[in-house]
Amino acid sequence: MARITLDKLRHSYMETPAADADWALKQVDITWDDGGAYALLGPSGCGKTTLLNIISGLLRPSQGRILFDDRDVTAFAPDQRHIAQVFQFPVVYDTMTVYENLAFPLRNRGVDKATTDKRVREVADFIDMTHRLDERAKGLTADGKQKISLGRGLVRTDVNVIMFDEPLTVIDPHLKWELRSKLKELHQRVRLTMIYVTHDQTEALTFADKVVVMNEGEVVQIGTPVDLFERPQHTFVGHFIGSPGMNVLPCTVDNGTVYLGGDAVAVANDAAGAAGGSLEIGIRPEFVRFAESGLPAHVVKVSDAGRHRIVETRCADQTVRMLIAEGVEIPADGVQLAFDRANTRLYADGWMVGGNSVAGGAQ
Amino acid sequence: MNKTVNQKAWLFVLPVFILVAFNAIIPLMTVVNYSVQETFGDNTFFWSGVLWFTEVLQSERFHDSLVRQMIFTFSILAIEVPLGVAIALTMPRKGPWVPVCLVLMALPLLIPWNVVGAMWNIFALPDIGLLGYGLNALGFDYNFTRQIGDAWFTLILMDVWHWTSLVVLLAYAGLVSIPDAYYQAAKIDGAGAFAIFRYIQLPKMKRVLTIAVLLRFMDSFMVYTEAVVLTGGGPGNSTTLLSIDLVKIALGQFDLGPAAAMSIIYFLIILALSWVFYTLMMRNEES
Amino acid sequence: MKRTALVPALYIAFLMLPIYWLVSMSFKTTNEILGGFSLYPREFTLENYIVIFTDPTWYTGYINSLAYVSINTVLSVACALPAAYAFSRYRFIGDKHLFFWLLTNRMAPPAVFALPFFQLYSAVGLFDTHIAVALSHTLFNIPLAVWILEGFMSGVPKELDETAYVDGHSFWSFFLKIFIPTIAAGIGVACFFCFMFSWVELLLAKTLTAVEAKPIAATMTRTASTSGYELGLLAAAGTLTIVPGAFVIYFVRNYIAKGFALGRV
Repeated sequence: MARITLDKLRHSYMETPAADADWALKQVDITWDDGGAYALLGPSGCGKTTLLNIISGLLRPSQGRILFDDRDVTAFAPDQRHIAQVFQFPVVYDTMTVYENLAFPLRNRGVDKATTDKRVREVADFIDMTHRLDERAKGLTADGKQKISLGRGLVRTDVNVIMFDEPLTVIDPHLKWELRSKLKELHQRVRLTMIYVTHDQTEALTFADKVVVMNEGEVVQIGTPVDLFERPQHTFVGHFIGSPGMNVLPCTVDNGTVYLGGDAVAVANDAAGAAGGSLEIGIRPEFVRFAESGLPAHVVKVSDAGRHRIVETRCADQTVRMLIAEGVEIPADGVQLAFDRANTRLYADGWMVGGNSVAGGAQ
Repeated sequence: MNKTVNQKAWLFVLPVFILVAFNAIIPLMTVVNYSVQETFGDNTFFWSGVLWFTEVLQSERFHDSLVRQMIFTFSILAIEVPLGVAIALTMPRKGPWVPVCLVLMALPLLIPWNVVGAMWNIFALPDIGLLGYGLNALGFDYNFTRQIGDAWFTLILMDVWHWTSLVVLLAYAGLVSIPDAYYQAAKIDGAGAFAIFRYIQLPKMKRVLTIAVLLRFMDSFMVYTEAVVLTGGGPGNSTTLLSIDLVKIALGQFDLGPAAAMSIIYFLIILALSWVFYTLMMRNEES
Repeated sequence: MKRTALVPALYIAFLMLPIYWLVSMSFKTTNEILGGFSLYPREFTLENYIVIFTDPTWYTGYINSLAYVSINTVLSVACALPAAYAFSRYRFIGDKHLFFWLLTNRMAPPAVFALPFFQLYSAVGLFDTHIAVALSHTLFNIPLAVWILEGFMSGVPKELDETAYVDGHSFWSFFLKIFIPTIAAGIGVACFFCFMFSWVELLLAKTLTAVEAKPIAATMTRTASTSGYELGLLAAAGTLTIVPGAFVIYFVRNYIAKGFALGRV
């Protein structure tokens, strides 16, 4: 077990980075609790795999330190950090049987035969591969191979952290569910620290206790799935999470009141604190509804998404999306929109006004 | 890929078929023709059946050439394959030096074979060649034009110089295709350098190595120009390999019958080995 | 630098040694060469090169060689393209056997064909022409080109063809404007290997030529045996034959790895 601290981490793949854009990781300061299940969520290129490889020791950071339980491991090689990593593409040793694959990490560390056998069978049982122990690893399907990759990480008793780099990418959809539940079960059983990198929000939100959202080399928000959904600290989080994402609408502030187009809008946070910069209102489609009076708009398009419908409206020269339950009548033309005040927030330069920055919610 | 059945595809293949058939079938028919006939030089031919074949197969000269050829081929295989793999393993996988390495290593492969022979001839001359002079200065009694051992040494060294790069480039291509994740996983699993070689690199190189071994096997069996320019088959006939002997008989002595019979036997040996090549490769691709 | 970098460095040094020797010889006078051993040219001279560039018997040799190699490369690749396409996309009677038969020709020992080719090409009146050598080399270059191109083409999904037809292209329009650019790397690799094997092969080239289309190789061997060892001249001629090869490798250096990766040399 370990608590992992990332201290002023910055990384660039270039020898002499000049501009901001040369840094893959701009500044990361996080602490991962011992035994927590974390998801590292973000779009492609946001730096999550870089961060993962720095934690596992496959990459040395340009600046900053990594601490495992207050011990500085920045200079340690991967096999000295007691970590396990499951990669995007299944890595198995083709020439060995399933048994030999699972036994490999133990044999390399000189563990005796009896202990090795015991551990291998325990892990094989957990991943449902006991009946295949004597088969050649080469002939397995993708999900079988990923299970073995996972198994190789579990077979060692000294593992502090298990890291997953988008492990379900090559798995068939109907098997993804099975593997995901296995991982959740694993976490509940063993209480290891687990860090799961993905760009799929469903995976992140179902797996993790806490989600770390990244964008362009920076951590944007850390919080529980509910936090991220209901209180996005950054418009990126609001937009990235949820389907469809949050509506982000440019607005103006005058004398402490927020105006959209010509109409005033009540917001949850304190608008007076907004200094300058580009100001936007963020509100999720779930929290917009039709009302007797409110912001004037007209309906542009209605899409049926099964259990609900997505209505696209045009309000104050902007597109506002709404989620309407089945059965609710949609007025023909001119409508009035009401924003649920508790879930409407003002953002300045993307950040929620008055909210805490990144580290809020991690400890 | 799902291929559709289409007999009209033969039209696409026709130019290739015609050209290769012209170059392969007609000459071969000539050779077969000569191999079963005897002539007394006056342009009349008599059917001689398997006479030439038995003569060649029983001739000591053919046996000797064949034995020399085997020694040569197996020697160079034993050196070039491990050496090539070793060099490929130590080459950088990424970075600015890679193209430099590849270009310099590929250079010997593009030198006309007679120039290779001539180059090594000049290089190994006992009094005025760098190698010859150097070896003699170091105390060895070296003269590849007079001493059989030295001739073989130089011949093999030349082939190693000439063709190891082929093995290197093939092995390197196989190595470079291994995704980083394998090395990363091995690091995390605590595998040492030898385990990485045995369980990751060697299995992934198996296909390219098969090709390399078989290619070198075939090509060394057919070697002619560079060997002939270097030693002329000598001293005496101590380095007369199969091709050299065949050309001596065919173009030198114009012994059509024996030359033709030997050609066919030679070609059959190669065909058998081609078949092995093809089967092994197809089996590798299917798995 | 890592210690293991020593190995490729030593190997490359080993490779460069005979080449250095050849080049340094080319800048020596024959007197200096025969007079004794010298590590580098004491009397640097360009005389050998001047002879080659001014004496027609020499420089025509290069022109001839380049001529038949170019003809062969163009011919081999042009014929191989449609054939490779057929092998890659279609099944037809005898396709597997045909493919295997083509491969066996790559394995054909030139020595076996020396005499028959001599008779064949004389019989059709093509003896001592560039075409003869170019045609004879297609024996092993076409199978090679087909093999390489088929590999690259199989990497392009059939859906590309189908999309092009749906978009209204005729077969040739699709083939020339869409397909060929897609496999440009493969064509490059095929051209490289055809050039390489034709440039270096000399038994057939010598057998099929006499005066008109005589390749540089023949000129070189003649010099060595007749005029008693004009080693400097020989060395200069040899050095010049390395130059086209070096050029070609330089241009395709990025594709070399790819071509070998396909494992289809």
